[in-house]
Amino acid sequence: MSLTAPDRIWWKPLGWQERLWVTIAFVWCLVLFLMMPLWGVVGKQNNPVETYRVAPVDFFRIASTFIEKHTVGNERGVPVVRPPAGGEAYLIARIWQWTPILELKRGETYRLHVSSIDLQHGLSIQPLNMNFQVLPGYDYVLTLTPTQVGEYSLICNEYCLIGHHNMTGKIIVKE
Amino acid sequence: MSTPGEAQFRTCSATGLHVHLPAERLIITNAVAAVVFLLVGGLLALLIALTRWPAVQLLPADLFYRFVTAHGMNMLVFWIVFFEVAGLYFGGAVLLNARLVKPGLAWLAFYLMVAGAILANGVVFAGKADVMFTAYVPMKAHPLFYLGIIVFAVGAIIAVSLFFATVVVAKAEGRHRGSLPLVTFGLLTAAIIALFTLLAGAIIFIPTFLWSLGWIKEFDPGVYRILFWAFGHPAQQVNLAAMVAVWYALTALTTGAKPINEKLSRIAFLLYILFINLGSMHHLLVDPALTTPNRIVNASYFMYLAVLGSMIHAFSIPAGVEVAQRAKGYTRGLFQWLRKAPWGEPGFSAAALSFVIFGFLGGTSGVIIGTMQLNMAVHNTLRVPGHFHATVVAGTTLAFMGLTYYVIPLVARRELVGRPWARVQPYIFALGITLLVLGMNFSGILGIPRRTWSINYEGAPLAVRFPEAVSLTLGMVGIGGLIAVFGLLIFVGVAILSLLFGKRRA
Repeated sequence: MSLTAPDRIWWKPLGWQERLWVTIAFVWCLVLFLMMPLWGVVGKQNNPVETYRVAPVDFFRIASTFIEKHTVGNERGVPVVRPPAGGEAYLIARIWQWTPILELKRGETYRLHVSSIDLQHGLSIQPLNMNFQVLPGYDYVLTLTPTQVGEYSLICNEYCLIGHHNMTGKIIVKE
Repeated sequence: MSTPGEAQFRTCSATGLHVHLPAERLIITNAVAAVVFLLVGGLLALLIALTRWPAVQLLPADLFYRFVTAHGMNMLVFWIVFFEVAGLYFGGAVLLNARLVKPGLAWLAFYLMVAGAILANGVVFAGKADVMFTAYVPMKAHPLFYLGIIVFAVGAIIAVSLFFATVVVAKAEGRHRGSLPLVTFGLLTAAIIALFTLLAGAIIFIPTFLWSLGWIKEFDPGVYRILFWAFGHPAQQVNLAAMVAVWYALTALTTGAKPINEKLSRIAFLLYILFINLGSMHHLLVDPALTTPNRIVNASYFMYLAVLGSMIHAFSIPAGVEVAQRAKGYTRGLFQWLRKAPWGEPGFSAAALSFVIFGFLGGTSGVIIGTMQLNMAVHNTLRVPGHFHATVVAGTTLAFMGLTYYVIPLVARRELVGRPWARVQPYIFALGITLLVLGMNFSGILGIPRRTWSINYEGAPLAVRFPEAVSLTLGMVGIGGLIAVFGLLIFVGVAILSLLFGKRRA
């Protein structure tokens, strides 16, 4: 019984059912294990790795320069920015707004630099449901190619104090 | 070392075990504290679930975030660790017919844990630490919040150490001979994981405490996340190991099941100790600054060997029940043994439901969302709480509830009050949690963020719209939460009333 000491010798061979079960489970573990690196080679969507250290003030300065240079409009007080096609783009996370609104061209590949200038935030692109952690002090580079025209909402899914549920932003993809 | 006299022991009439009376008092006291924190966490859960249900939206935003913080602390840490300490004293002293070493120290541990838990709760409810269970820097709480957690952890480290000492002394004094019972072996696994978890907790919370006082100026948020999850996720692996030990205990108590192969079950526990800690990397799969090999090796290579351990238990436990049931003559067809299982015994139904929901909703969802690429579509959505409510609530909490129905008569020597309520309680609780978990998972798939007061974005400059289906899936969260809390209240009622008014057993 599980509640009392076992027989003096309990190191006994497994039955065939147990051997079969453990073998199946182990093979399945190997399949799962191989899947991730394999998808890294053949898959088109993989987790971004490119990261640089950046002081929040420096990131804010660089991103602000980028916004000033490429602003094409304004929506309810938030600048709309059209980055050079296939170039660098910046997205500032702060309480409680994603700045700026980015206008991207379908089929072009952008290097989107994301960082926070205050707390930790969660970049959540809807309705695609792609999610990335955004930390102050780290310039996280998401290399992305928009494939569908439309408007995508950005929300924050890392709690960032009382205004967290009103932190939004937008990416517009045009032809 | 002097051996205390037999006067400190009683012989249990039902099991023949020699029960150390000081250990017995400590087991009951720790379990009662656990249930009190469960009640607090459960009432908060009700308010939170009714707030996330858009049709109700009960709480204002500030109270919602405060209560989510308190709910996380009370459920994930205080309820579970107090109960685990009770479980360790039970598995270390009672099951080995041994004495609990240094009961005075065990009381010190208890008081430290109570003081820490009350301090942390007080700071949170005073509104000085609306930072969530994770308290990610640079978000800062009042220093006493971190101090409360540290004091609690010190108490827990003492309690875990006393368990190790108790097992060693039981052998040295000859009160226990041979190998440890499998349940105690499983609890030993939990205790070993608990020790390195609590030490990781010290490594992260002591510097955070100093940072909150201003003594440390810079605190890297990326480093905090790695260290925090070295504490935060293994803490749940403690629950996993303890829960599996409880499954073995409950199936043994209710059906007489024996482990079909002690070697295999013990190897499975060993796999937990060696590999499960690396599950903590799952939280960092879409964090900046980590390389792909790092993510793959930690999230996959090592973690899957711990999953293999769970797969072994998934075979051994039902197989043990089947063998025991067939030995009783339930041999007709493939499933008579299962149909004739003691489904009316709350200990059995709790273990069986916990086993099924944990396995099919909790463990599997953990493996899925721990896959590096899939994690991009899951991170910080409601699918994450959907995963861990299936593991920690439907799994661990329900298993612990089932065990309580046996601890009360066997350790506290009281008959259960309201046995018909206890009989249906596991089913009600399991139904509610299943609904809640499915609602959370479906909502998360639709992109609903976790830890978010409202998804209307009414105060935001830019509007966000979710698919209409979320009113259904979040409604499932609300209704499931209501049912689960009702089940929780039945449990608390039966447990407390039995301890106070249950008929005394010989």
